[in-house]
Amino acid sequence: MPENPKILDQEGIQRAIQRIAHEIIEKNKDSASLCVIGIRNRGVYIAQRISGAIKQISGEEVLTGALDITLYRDDLALATGQPLVRKTEIDFDINDKNLILVDDVLFTGRTIRAALDALIDFGRPKTIQLAVLVDRGHRELPIRADFVGKNIPTSVKESVEVRLKESDGKDEVFIAEKK
Amino acid sequence: MSWTKKDLLGLEYLTPQEIELILDTAESFKEVSTREIKKVPALRGKTAVNLFYEPSTRTRVSFEVAAKRLSADVINIATETSSVRKGETLIDTGKNIQALKADIIIMRHNCSGAANMLARALDISVINAGDGWHEHPTQALLDIFTLKEKLGKIKGLNVAIVGDIAHSRVARSNIWGLVKLGAKVTVCAPPMLLPAGIELTGARTSSDIDAVLKDADAVNVLRMQFERDENAAFPEQLDYFKKFGITEERLEKAKKDIVVMHPGPINRGIEMSSGVADGDNSVILEQVTNGIAVRMAVLFLVSQAREAKKGRQ
Amino acid sequence: MSILIKQGRVIDPVNKIDAVLDIFIQEDKISKVGQNLKVQAATVIDAADKIVIPGIVDMHVHLREPGREDKETVASATAAAAKGGVTTVLAMPNTQPAMDCAASVELLWEIIKKTAKVNVQVCGAITKGRLGQELCDSALLKKTGVIALSDDGSSVDNDGLMQEAFAQAKKAGLLVICHSEDKKLSAKGVINLGFNSTRLGLRGVSNASEYTRVKRDIELAQQTGCPVHIAHVSCRESVEIIARAKQQGARVTCETAPHYFSFTEEEVLGYDTNMKMNPPLRAKEDLEAVREGLRNGTIDVIASDHAPHTENEKDIEFDRAEFGVVGLETELSAGITELLDKKVLDWGQLVQKLCFNPARILGLERGSIAEGCFADIAVVAAQDLWTVQKQALVSKSKNSCFLGRELKGRVEYTVCNGKIVYQK
Repeated sequence: MPENPKILDQEGIQRAIQRIAHEIIEKNKDSASLCVIGIRNRGVYIAQRISGAIKQISGEEVLTGALDITLYRDDLALATGQPLVRKTEIDFDINDKNLILVDDVLFTGRTIRAALDALIDFGRPKTIQLAVLVDRGHRELPIRADFVGKNIPTSVKESVEVRLKESDGKDEVFIAEKK
Repeated sequence: MSWTKKDLLGLEYLTPQEIELILDTAESFKEVSTREIKKVPALRGKTAVNLFYEPSTRTRVSFEVAAKRLSADVINIATETSSVRKGETLIDTGKNIQALKADIIIMRHNCSGAANMLARALDISVINAGDGWHEHPTQALLDIFTLKEKLGKIKGLNVAIVGDIAHSRVARSNIWGLVKLGAKVTVCAPPMLLPAGIELTGARTSSDIDAVLKDADAVNVLRMQFERDENAAFPEQLDYFKKFGITEERLEKAKKDIVVMHPGPINRGIEMSSGVADGDNSVILEQVTNGIAVRMAVLFLVSQAREAKKGRQ
Repeated sequence: MSILIKQGRVIDPVNKIDAVLDIFIQEDKISKVGQNLKVQAATVIDAADKIVIPGIVDMHVHLREPGREDKETVASATAAAAKGGVTTVLAMPNTQPAMDCAASVELLWEIIKKTAKVNVQVCGAITKGRLGQELCDSALLKKTGVIALSDDGSSVDNDGLMQEAFAQAKKAGLLVICHSEDKKLSAKGVINLGFNSTRLGLRGVSNASEYTRVKRDIELAQQTGCPVHIAHVSCRESVEIIARAKQQGARVTCETAPHYFSFTEEEVLGYDTNMKMNPPLRAKEDLEAVREGLRNGTIDVIASDHAPHTENEKDIEFDRAEFGVVGLETELSAGITELLDKKVLDWGQLVQKLCFNPARILGLERGSIAEGCFADIAVVAAQDLWTVQKQALVSKSKNSCFLGRELKGRVEYTVCNGKIVYQK
């Protein structure tokens, strides 16, 4: 078995996040109304890093939240392991915000669909923009990302594995055969 | 840890891990009720049937609210309006509800074991909303949830349960749950209201309320039902209040931040004084709020277990 | 009509027989027992490797007819009996109407004559309607052919009345069989009182509700000199009280039922209504005491307390379900599985408790294999393993506490009064 091809290392991930932060500021000149919400689990950590980067660049604090989309998924019946319901933590008003939704990997688009449904239940943001660390293609719904760390062409037989310090002890992205 | 049971019948039948899972899941669900739109689509298209053979407003409404916040459709069947009166057996009623393609039956019944029997006979989920003197698992779960929220843990806590232990399903479920999670439970009642062998659950027994309150981190006060005709030697109402009623005077000698719980509805001046019921130590209304989250968690977990089973087949 | 049962291991403790023998039956009697009999018989049963025992005399059976033919009839119960190796049953009087007057007993005799497949004896009621208020005319009942009196299902609460009942029964020459239960103490209980009744949230029945009444019944009987038989002994204290009374020379005998030596209250933990009976399944120490009572002779008889109930009466909430289980088809197998295999009793003792002792207590010339005796015989494949299944039960009702369980020993042939009444 050959070594799994590494797509991004720690430095690559940091650069990607830095770039996404710049692009977000660029596109949302009025950053006072900005908020960043990550999808559990790893989307939350990336969201926090993006918020940190935005603050570094603009000096402004950015509202940051976490969204659990388990209750909005359309594939619960198909799930083999039972999903744990985790906390959604959005302790601010999302109405009229430019909301940046963050996830680690964009694949079929179904997670994003569930997240959009969930967000609509919380209020009416001015815009919802999508930021992902990796876009690996194979969309099943008409969804696209506004900010992409890296585009990675993959086959459906593969899976893209994202490791982050906060949850896995180190930063890396690689491709693995599907188990 | 995942939940694999299609039913929730009692806390006696659960592992500590399963109880923790319900509590953790409930914690996530609690947030839903704080939203502007208090609804998630998790059980969209599912039908829950409230089948109540005993009058109960608060448990039924709590389950109904919980199911609706999960987007399930809820149908209420009460004995007065159903064919129950025409002599249909419980299992026949259950099978009819199953044939309507309902997904969950939430049942309150005056016979102990009725939920166990129904669950065995049906493929759909059965949630026990109280059966006879046997168990009332969701009440105990919401009590434990509230306690954990207030005091940060369950393990090592001294919890007193006061009242008619012999005829209380709330007491039984609380004992099982609390003991499994490592609390030290003392049941306190006049000797005639302590059922045979109760100490084999792991709970201690006492008939000295003041001694019990002195060490208690929390006290769960059961509703006294003097209209019950179970025992001719049942204590007099006033006498009971004097000897076992939870009053401000009694609480003064207890720990300052003792948590006072009651499953409701309260008989003010019988098992508890009004001052205590409305006082700073009381968490009675928080229990009601938490009941929604706990019942949402249970509804979600049992229906996921069934979905997962179907998915595998 | 003649039958030759060849080469079976014949067990008859009364005649001290435990040997491979042939049995020759002519008409309704055993005409010869011996080795390699050279006789011509119309029917030959090869009993090689089989156990041959006297037909079982079950002195506690609820036939339900007249009145509850939906549960059981004389025909269906006696067919079940035949399948279980039972050749004589004592019909308990709690029918509708109760066996409390000549007319009712005559009616039952009519039904028995027409439909019974094995011997049926009738037990009369102690009080009118079994209500414990007014005594039946025991002399008259005796004339109609009843051989014992009982208010089974209830106990006569009034001490004075019960004493009078014993006195009258003694005069009439009838045995009194006591369902010893103080209903004030067992107050609506449905399972044994203790931790298990507490965890299940069900009302408990104390041992005291049984043994205090056992004590009273023996004392009252002794005062009148009437023989008394205690039905369905289930708890340790009852066994002790009876043992003591026997030591002191009281004319008391007793029985237990297979469920009391097979199961404990733990079986009820799933709210299985087929484990609901009266008295209830007890604690482990009670089961041990019952087994010890069987071993040391305190308990004379094993009887089924065959109590058929329809599914409508059993497949419901535990509190509401009827008490009792069917047992005619499983009592011998339960004895082999739980007593013989577990070395509580040997074959001789088991046969004594199932066959000879009940016959002796009831004054019947049955329960033994000897020349000149009535030809009531069961041929048993004692090593056969079988699983008790609902659909295989012959009884109209299927409320067996052994459903789904594996038992050892199965009846191959039952001969009653010289006729083959069951053949596997």
